[in-house]
Amino acid sequence: MVHSPVEKRETPVFQHRADNVDKMTQPNTYRAGPDEDGHFGIYGGRYVAETLMPLILSVEKAYTQAKADPAFLEEFRYYLTQYVGRPSPLYFAQSLSEHFAEKAGEKGRGKNKGAKIYLKREDLNHTGAHKINNCIGQALLAKRMGRTRIIAETGAGQHGVATATVCALFNLPCTIYMGEVDIARQAPNVFRMKLLGAEVVPVTSGTRTLKDALNEALRDWVANVADTFYIIGTVAGPHPYPAMVRDFQSVIGEETREQILQSEGRLPDSLVACIGGGSNAIGLFHPFLDDGDVKMTGVEAAGEGVETGRHAASISGGSPGVLHGARSYLLQDDDGQVMETHSISAGLDYPGVGPEHSWLRDNGRIDIATATDDEALAAFQLMTELEGIIPALESSHAMAYIARIAPELPSDHLLVMCLSGRGDKDIFSVAEKLGVEL
Amino acid sequence: MSTTANLASKPVIGSDRIARRFEELKAENRGGLITFLTAGDPDGETSLALLKGLAGAGADLIELGMPFSDPMADGPSIQAAGLRALNAGATLKKTLAQVRAFRKDDGDTPIILMGYYNPIYVYGVEAFIADALAAGVDGVIIVDLPPEEDAELCLPALQAGLPFIRLATPTTDDERLPTVLAHTSGFVYYVSIAGITGTKSAESTDIGEAVARLHRHTDLPIAVGFGIRTPDQAAEVARIADAAVVGSALVDRIAGNLTDKGKPEPGLIGDTLDFVAGLASAVRKART
Repeated sequence: MVHSPVEKRETPVFQHRADNVDKMTQPNTYRAGPDEDGHFGIYGGRYVAETLMPLILSVEKAYTQAKADPAFLEEFRYYLTQYVGRPSPLYFAQSLSEHFAEKAGEKGRGKNKGAKIYLKREDLNHTGAHKINNCIGQALLAKRMGRTRIIAETGAGQHGVATATVCALFNLPCTIYMGEVDIARQAPNVFRMKLLGAEVVPVTSGTRTLKDALNEALRDWVANVADTFYIIGTVAGPHPYPAMVRDFQSVIGEETREQILQSEGRLPDSLVACIGGGSNAIGLFHPFLDDGDVKMTGVEAAGEGVETGRHAASISGGSPGVLHGARSYLLQDDDGQVMETHSISAGLDYPGVGPEHSWLRDNGRIDIATATDDEALAAFQLMTELEGIIPALESSHAMAYIARIAPELPSDHLLVMCLSGRGDKDIFSVAEKLGVEL
Repeated sequence: MSTTANLASKPVIGSDRIARRFEELKAENRGGLITFLTAGDPDGETSLALLKGLAGAGADLIELGMPFSDPMADGPSIQAAGLRALNAGATLKKTLAQVRAFRKDDGDTPIILMGYYNPIYVYGVEAFIADALAAGVDGVIIVDLPPEEDAELCLPALQAGLPFIRLATPTTDDERLPTVLAHTSGFVYYVSIAGITGTKSAESTDIGEAVARLHRHTDLPIAVGFGIRTPDQAAEVARIADAAVVGSALVDRIAGNLTDKGKPEPGLIGDTLDFVAGLASAVRKART
């Protein structure tokens, strides 16, 4: 859905190739997945308890009907425009672009080196991140299905705040599960959720972070199947969630496409986004997947370094596994036990990743890079100082990767980064990390 | 449902012990007691001693939990048991070794492995099936493999002669039941509540109706679990169903017999097996 009907694109001619992939096995479109059982290649699926299965099937059925219903799509767009404040700007980051050119030895925006950086400003959305796009969509679906109670999990608190917000808007009671560790490092967002009327339940099981919040939300759902709708915050979970969340987030890439064509008259050369579960990344990437000349890179959280084992880079450092209803890359030990993750960014501190990203990475359509805590922190400061924009620590990982590659790219290289959220929520953790007392 | 091949003609050889045990129960005109323990809880040695004592204490069938870091259908008791086992070094390989050790002395009591798919997937499905059969495992219950994912483990297991025991729940309606029962064997495990393990309990009238409904769809024995904590509750269920499953209450006995550092108290095994004996005695008297 949400591939807007006004968007009249010709059937894309497949162009992309990856050197390590057999051309004969390449699909002729990357945008058709998942199949009817929710699989992206070997990834995805519906690995849930029988108690939830009928419910999952009913969500799938309701969603299939909703996305074909013009009234549903119109209502979704209405709230995106009037409530979220879309479209979000595609902002030319002149100072950053000049900075990278100067690093390459140019003066100002030079003639040879230093990519032209655009920021897709999801940080300017209501509630300060891309999460609200998906929450509006799922809350409308929950209402359509007659559900009267909402549950959600949250890591950084952005999805929790977005869920609590739409629940306030639509007058639905909601319960947010949040790991104890995350509650400690995201205090402002916890208070926000409470102000919005949500019940915030601290999760004390397991590693007490995002994955355990998801476990606990699933346990709640199993026990409250009759009236409850689970708004999953990322492109993870059992089918149809990865596809549904992607569809709601694809507005990011659809707008970007239109905006860059308007400002530059052509498509971008590359797209960069951070990946935890990967909803902002897939939202930006998906509308461009069949444009083979557009390079895409997802940036995972390397924590203290992938080689140290203290990181959250599921694709870079993991292997295929089954968790939270889907098969995807997973950080796990030899016995299939899920490992503890580490990232300065609570929103990326998750051992899994969306199944579609795993599939796109395996078939060579997207690249995966990483950025460490320290690199993200430096990028956080760089963007703040040069552009007057405080980015979320999650998005700072994408910026950190760009800081590494942008000086070497030609000056006519158009690079779009998804600035997935604003960093106000992070100032306390950043201060602590920098040794500043507030 | 693209994954289902017709397996009706395939012989299921591994289920002998399960089928024999339910025939014996039928002959005795009583329901059975199925006890659940997490393998390796609180440590490998204690866990094996408990496992070896269960049949003597009156357990008719045994469910052995395969520890997993993220048991999303389990309540706090079994979550904690899994964590204790993992902290003590439990692995799927050790769980299979525990079954092998148990089988040396007991060739009759059926053992069913219960858990989540990921450790098996990482172990390798073919290797797991072969090793489980060789160890003397009689069936598997995998919580997060619904019929929609039968191609993963259910069909290969059935083909190899390892019964795949399915969970049916209050949310599994008449329309869906045939799908759920299609490739199940050994027995059907009815989850009596919509919820996680060790929390609320179902009303016996609801259980009675559910068991009757299941019997309309299958000739397999019906075991009922979730929320059965006391000898009285176990007896009540054993009156209505072919077997009652007790898990969290048993695991809580173990938890109650640990030192502050998580080491087993001397009375752990005795106390836990006494509890099983109490359940077994109540179950045996249920229909008299």
